Formats: sequence, structure tokens, C-alpha cells
Amino acid sequence: MRVLDETKRAKSGAARYRPGVLKYAQMGYWNPEYSPAATDVLALFRITPQEGVEPEEAAAAVAGESSTATWTVVWTDRLTACDRYRAKAYRVEPVPGSPGQYFAYIAYDLDLFEPGSIANLSASVIGNVFGFKPLKALRLEDMRFPAAYVKTFAGPPTGIVVERERLDKFGRPLLGATVKPKLGLSGKNYGRVVYEALKGGLDFTKDDENINSQPFMHWRDRFLYCMEAVNRAQAATGEIKGTYLNVTAGTMEDMYERAEFAKELGSVIVMIDLVIGYTAIQSMSRWARRNDMILHLHRAGHSTYTRQKTHGVSFRVISKWMRLAGVDHIHAGTVVGKLEGDPNSVQGFYNVLREGRNPQDLQRGIFFEQDWAGLNGVMPVASGGIHAGQMHQLLHYLGEDVVLQFGGGTIGHPMGIAAGAIANRVALEAMVLARNEGRDIWNEGPQILAAAAKDCAPLKAALDVWGEVTFNYTSTDTPDFVPTPAVA
Amino acid sequence: MRITQGTFSFLPDLTDEQIASQIEYCLGKGWAVSIEYTDDPHPRNAYWEMFGMPMFDIRDAAGVMTELNACRKTFPRHYIKVNAFDSTRGRESLRLSFIVGRPAEEPGFGLERQEGPGRSVRYTTRSYATERPQGERY
Repeated sequence: MRVLDETKRAKSGAARYRPGVLKYAQMGYWNPEYSPAATDVLALFRITPQEGVEPEEAAAAVAGESSTATWTVVWTDRLTACDRYRAKAYRVEPVPGSPGQYFAYIAYDLDLFEPGSIANLSASVIGNVFGFKPLKALRLEDMRFPAAYVKTFAGPPTGIVVERERLDKFGRPLLGATVKPKLGLSGKNYGRVVYEALKGGLDFTKDDENINSQPFMHWRDRFLYCMEAVNRAQAATGEIKGTYLNVTAGTMEDMYERAEFAKELGSVIVMIDLVIGYTAIQSMSRWARRNDMILHLHRAGHSTYTRQKTHGVSFRVISKWMRLAGVDHIHAGTVVGKLEGDPNSVQGFYNVLREGRNPQDLQRGIFFEQDWAGLNGVMPVASGGIHAGQMHQLLHYLGEDVVLQFGGGTIGHPMGIAAGAIANRVALEAMVLARNEGRDIWNEGPQILAAAAKDCAPLKAALDVWGEVTFNYTSTDTPDFVPTPAVA
Repeated sequence: MRITQGTFSFLPDLTDEQIASQIEYCLGKGWAVSIEYTDDPHPRNAYWEMFGMPMFDIRDAAGVMTELNACRKTFPRHYIKVNAFDSTRGRESLRLSFIVGRPAEEPGFGLERQEGPGRSVRYTTRSYATERPQGERY
């Protein structure tokens, strides 16, 4: 047993409850002997203590402020099973290659959380603690939820498997496009883009995050024109088509009204933005489950707290919360597109969203094993600056259960929107065919696309325009562990 | 028109060699291959007719191709598709489904609109072919 110095050891009995201020470690929030229970909720924080603050004390402070503690001793703790309710920081280790930063592992008793409420969970673990003065910066990197807690959530209302069965689309990524320009089109012109893109070969089109109900296009007008476009495209192709009708609004009442209208018109999918808040998301999830509707979530706003490595909440945690909260689609990165996304980090997010069980995978930023206890998978969406010329890379990095969204890469096509859609669909099907035949798509991708373009003028035009476009910038949100790590 | 259901409908019709290669891929994954056909290709027709049971025990593509050729012979003017079923827990669904036979002429679908209040429209997708009785459609 390690001998702790006085400032890091929990006090007991009368000494613990003498009025005044104690260090958080002395109050019992640091316990290196603690072995987490299978039913504990676990959290991993990246902490950057202020100068002179010991990492163990900083970790204890995080545990304290995210569970039962306040800044001073209170005797009323003794009216509770406080030893149990105190979160325990049980492990602290330096972050590899980042001096001054530490990983703090914290265990929470399951009874600290209301069943089935992301609002309650997040109010605890990111509620007060992020502004805490003894820390320069704090980031919630990962969480582990026990099966007993997972089972208090209904999860995605549709899930990947049932979505595919409803759409009758198997064996390839789905294809989508966000209507552009995202603001300013009238309802009639907007529906034109939807019709052309779906008729051309996309499975989905999408409202952008900030298209709600503006002076140039009332939401009802948009829904009516979009559903005309969807139905026309279905008849023209014999395939099920969808358009994510964004029902995001200022109040729940408005969102329900818009969602009901989308349902009446026969839409298979509705959409919400992350900025509506966790409780609103869970409410819309219940609505979607009751009404057999696929629920698409745009992660609007997330980069304000997910992107910087030292402070905020990792997107892998947001992914886990949203799988619990219950959405069917979530934007989770492209790797190769215009928006932030390190390959390993993004694959980590995808695994969290899609797999039935995640093993610990430090290279991909996954610190805890997580069993999803039968909860449906969420379909990740790759959107932002991707084009047909990257098809082999997209399939390689992101796999099959993903929606690839080519907005500019469809609508900006020199031969028109439908041609842009054809180019994307032909590129995708040619790549899947080649992969299944055992070809090395990572290396032969450009040749496979060039060969497919011989039968398809739109694909040839797309490759001519965008084939060389890349976004090679260094990612900020990267895993801290390189291949072949020594896992402690 | 060309109905574009299925995984590879945007590519030129697959040759038998290409079809066999896809079947090999599916069998290599441990999936059960099945053959279905229909003369009612409405996008919401979830139940095409089964040409026999899923071939849980056939492990080589040649065996599946024999079945496929028998289906083509019996239903030369129907839509025919090859499915691959994955019984893994959590999936228990199709992993691949692609059309390998279709009629020479595809009349496609018409869209009927029933106008309702507030400019709302109730849509019905109607297959031109299914106006005729089953078996006489293509």
C-alpha cells in the first residue's frame, strides 16, 4: 500500500467534519486504493492544474465538484451515506508528451444519476466543475456506462439495421447532400435542388443546421415543396428517398408541430440540431420512436467545446451521450474533408456510435471498454468538403454504415445537380464492387474511379474538377497514444 | 426508366463473372445467399417472391449461380435479385442486395396526387406494370 502524505489522505471521524476548509483529497475524493465497481459510471478527465496544485488534489477537486462536494466542510454530509456518494478519483497519470497535463480517472456511484436523463448526467459531470479556479483547463475525454445505466435509455428510435430495412438499401454507404446555398432559396427553388439530387441518385438530401423558418422560406412551404420532390424522385427511380426536414425551432411546441406536419406529408426522416439541448433531443427521440421516424442530428455548435484538446468535452463523449439520448444519425467527421478530423479520433467516434461493444482502444482515443447492452447503433454522417474523387479513402476510413454527404460535390457539378448525384453514386458503387472483388482500393482507388468514369461522363467531369482537391491541415483533436502503446 | 434499387444498379449490368465474385465475397463472410424475384417492383414491396429458401448450406458460388440460372430460366422477364443475409447478433439482416435480372422494358411508376387542405398532397406511387395481373406484366 502506498503511503500518502497528509495532504492527500482522507481524514476520518471528527477530524474530517471539523468546520473549515480541507483539501478535496482530505475530504475523501482521492482514493488510489479504490477499485471501480462494475456498476460505477467512470469518467476520464484531462486536467491541467494551476501552478503549485498537485495533480492528485486537482483530480480530487474534479471528483468532488462533479459529485457531492462544496468548498468547505459541511456537517450535513453525515446525514447521508456520503462515503458512497462521493465520487472517487482513483488514478492519475501524466498525459504522454504533454507536460503539465494529467489523465484523472473518476468513479461515480450509479445512484448519483437519474435514470434515462442526459441532462442530469451532464449537469453532474460537466455542470460546475469546468469553471473551477484551481484548474487552468479541463477536458472530459471519455466515459464508461454500466449496462444497468445504459438500459435506462431507449436509444436510437430506428437504428442502423432497421433504417436500412425501411429504405431497402444494403451493402453500401448511403449518399446525401445538403441543399446549397444554405440560406436564401425560396421554397420552390429549394425543392428543385432536392428533386434533382434525389432523382440523380442520392438517397437523402438535407436541410442545413440553420435553415428553420426565415423570411425567404417559411418552414411549411419548404416541407411541402420538399415532399413533392421526394415523391417525384421515388417514382422516377423506384427507390425510397428521404429529405431531412429540419424541425429545429424556438420551442418544443413548434418542433412538435413541424414534426407532425412532416409525418403527415409522409417524410421518412426529420432532423434536429444539437443546440436544441439534451432534453429537447430526448423528447424528439421519444416522438420519433412513437411515429416510426428516423431522427437525424446535426452537431451544430459542438466544435466550441470538442475541438481543443486541453479544455471542453471530447466528441467521443458527445457520441456516447447521443447514442443514449437516442438519435439515428449524427455528423461525426469525414477524415478527408474540410472540417476537423484526425483519422484515428474519427474512427473512434464511429466505433462508439456503431459497434455493440467497444474494447479499450487507446490509439483511437477509447479509454474504457463499453458494452452497449443491445442499444441500437447510430449511423454516422460524413459531411463537409468531400467529393467523388475521395471515394476509396472514404470507404477505407469510414466503412459501410455511414451516410456520405456531398453538398458542394453534388450541387456544384459542372453538368448540373442530377449529374453530380450520378457521379457520386457511380463512384460509390464502383468502389464497393471493387472492394468486394478483393481489389486493394486504397492503392488502386484512382484507377477504379477512372475506369468507372469511362462509362459515366458525369463522374469523369467530377474527377476533372475536384480530383485534386484536398484539405491537408494538421488536426488539433488527436489521440495521445501512438501505435504500440504500453497500456498501463 | 431503370429501377435503381439494389447495391449496383448504377453500374452497367453485372456479368456472370462479376455476380459470382460478389457471391464469393458474401460466402466468405459467412452470409447466406438467397434469390428473389418479382413483377411488382414498387419501392415499398418488401416481399419479393423467394426462389427457394436462403442457401444457408451452399458454400461455393457455382452452386448459387446454378440456382440463379434456374430462376432466370423460369422467370425470364421478372426482376431478380441476389441477397446476402448475416445472422450475427445485432445485425440479423441483409448485408448486400443487388439486382441481377430485369425486364427489357421497364415502364416505371406514375405519381398520383390527391390534393388536400392547406396545399398538402397525399401521394401514391403506382407501378404501370401492376395494372395487369401477376405473371402478365412484362
